[in-house]
Amino acid sequence: MSNFTEADLHAYADGQLDDARRVQVEAYLAHDAAAAESVRVWREQNEALRALYNPLLNAPVPQRLLAARPSRGRWPYYALAAGAMAMSFGLGWMAQSYRADRFVEAAALPRRAAVAYAVYAPEVRHPVEVGADQQDHLVKWLSKRLGNELKVPLLTQQGFDLVGGRLLPGGKGPVAQFMYQDAKGQRITLYVSVRDAELRETAFRFSQEDKVAVFYWIDGKLGYALSGEMDRASLLAVATVVYRQLNP
Amino acid sequence: MESAQIVALVPRLRRYARALTGDSHRADDLVQDTLERALAKFYLWRHGSDLRAWLFTIMHNVFVNQLKARRELALDEALEQGLPSAPQSDPLELRDLDAALRRLPPEQREVLLLVGLEQLSYAEVSKALSIPVGTVMSRLSRGRERLRLVMSGTATATNLKVVK
Repeated sequence: MSNFTEADLHAYADGQLDDARRVQVEAYLAHDAAAAESVRVWREQNEALRALYNPLLNAPVPQRLLAARPSRGRWPYYALAAGAMAMSFGLGWMAQSYRADRFVEAAALPRRAAVAYAVYAPEVRHPVEVGADQQDHLVKWLSKRLGNELKVPLLTQQGFDLVGGRLLPGGKGPVAQFMYQDAKGQRITLYVSVRDAELRETAFRFSQEDKVAVFYWIDGKLGYALSGEMDRASLLAVATVVYRQLNP
Repeated sequence: MESAQIVALVPRLRRYARALTGDSHRADDLVQDTLERALAKFYLWRHGSDLRAWLFTIMHNVFVNQLKARRELALDEALEQGLPSAPQSDPLELRDLDAALRRLPPEQREVLLLVGLEQLSYAEVSKALSIPVGTVMSRLSRGRERLRLVMSGTATATNLKVVK
C-alpha cells in the first residue's frame, strides 16, 4: 500500500476523494483483494446505517421538540458573551444578568417536570424504577443521589397512592420523580431537583405546559414541581397538601 | 425566521440522535436540549456557514455532558439491587445493528455515524467534534473494524470490555 494510506481507502469508500485520486485508488484496489474487501464492508456498513435510520426522517416530530425554547446554560460561549458585555456595561449589568439567569433557570423547572411527566406517566410497564413496596429504599436511594434528605408526601386522603419513583438527569444533575396514581388511573408526579443557588423561597407558581398543568415552588435548596393532566384548581388542592407536608 | 431554519433540520437531528443513543426517549431529550441551546445562542451562528454542522457541534457537547451524568448514574445503579432495566420498545429489525452500535465506544460511534449516516466530510466531522482530522480517521478506522467484528459475532462482550 505504498502510495495509499488506510485513510485514502476510507475516503474512497465514503466518496470523499477528488476524481484523480479516486481513479488511482480504484486501480490500486484491483490488485489488493484484502483492501477491496475492507472497502466493500465499509460501504455496506454505511448503507445499512442509512437503511436502518432513514425512516426516522419521515417520522412525525413530537410537539415538545417543535416547541423548544431557548435555554440559558453554563456554556463557554455564553460565559464569553457575558464577560464581554460585563466589561462594556460594568458590574451592575453583570449582577442583573445573574438575576436574569436565576429567573430563567426557575422557569425551566416546570417545563422539565412536565416533560418528565409526559414521558413516564403514560408508561404501563415501567412507570417507576423503584416501586412503593420498597419505599424506604426508594427514599434513601434518591436522597443519597440528590445529596439532600427527601420526604415523600402521603396523598391517600386526596385519593392518590404512591406508585414509586425514579432518578432522572436534570439540567444540572440528578433529579427525583415520585409518581402517584388514583383509583381511576390518573397520575400525578412530584419532581424534585437540587438547586445550586443561594437559599431562598418562592410562592407557588403555575405553568400550563401543553396538556400538563404544573405547580412549582422553590424551597431552600430544592425545587419542587407537581404535574398532572388535570385542572388547575384540583392540582392546586393537592399541591397545597404536598407543600404543607414538606413544611410541617 | 431563524427557528424555521433550525426546525427544518429537526428530523435529521432526531435520526442522528436516535442512532447515537440507541433509545427514542433519550434521543428526543438530546434533540430538545440541543435545540434549546441552539436557539439560545443562535446569534453566534455565522450566516452562510453550515447550520447543520453547527447543530451537530452543539449536540456533541450536550451528548458528552449527558454521558458524564449517565456514567455516574450507571455506577450507582450497579450498586443498587433489583432495579428494572430500561424498557425496550423498538421493533426487532432495529436491534441488531442498533445493539452493535452500542457496543462501540461513544467517541467511535459519533464519528462512524457522522460519516456513514450523516455523510459529513472528514473536515466537518473534525470541526463538529473539535478533534484533528487524524483523530477522526483513526476513530473511523477503529469504529468500522469493531462494528464489523461485533456484527460478525467475533467480538465477545469480554474482549470488548478490555479494549474500552
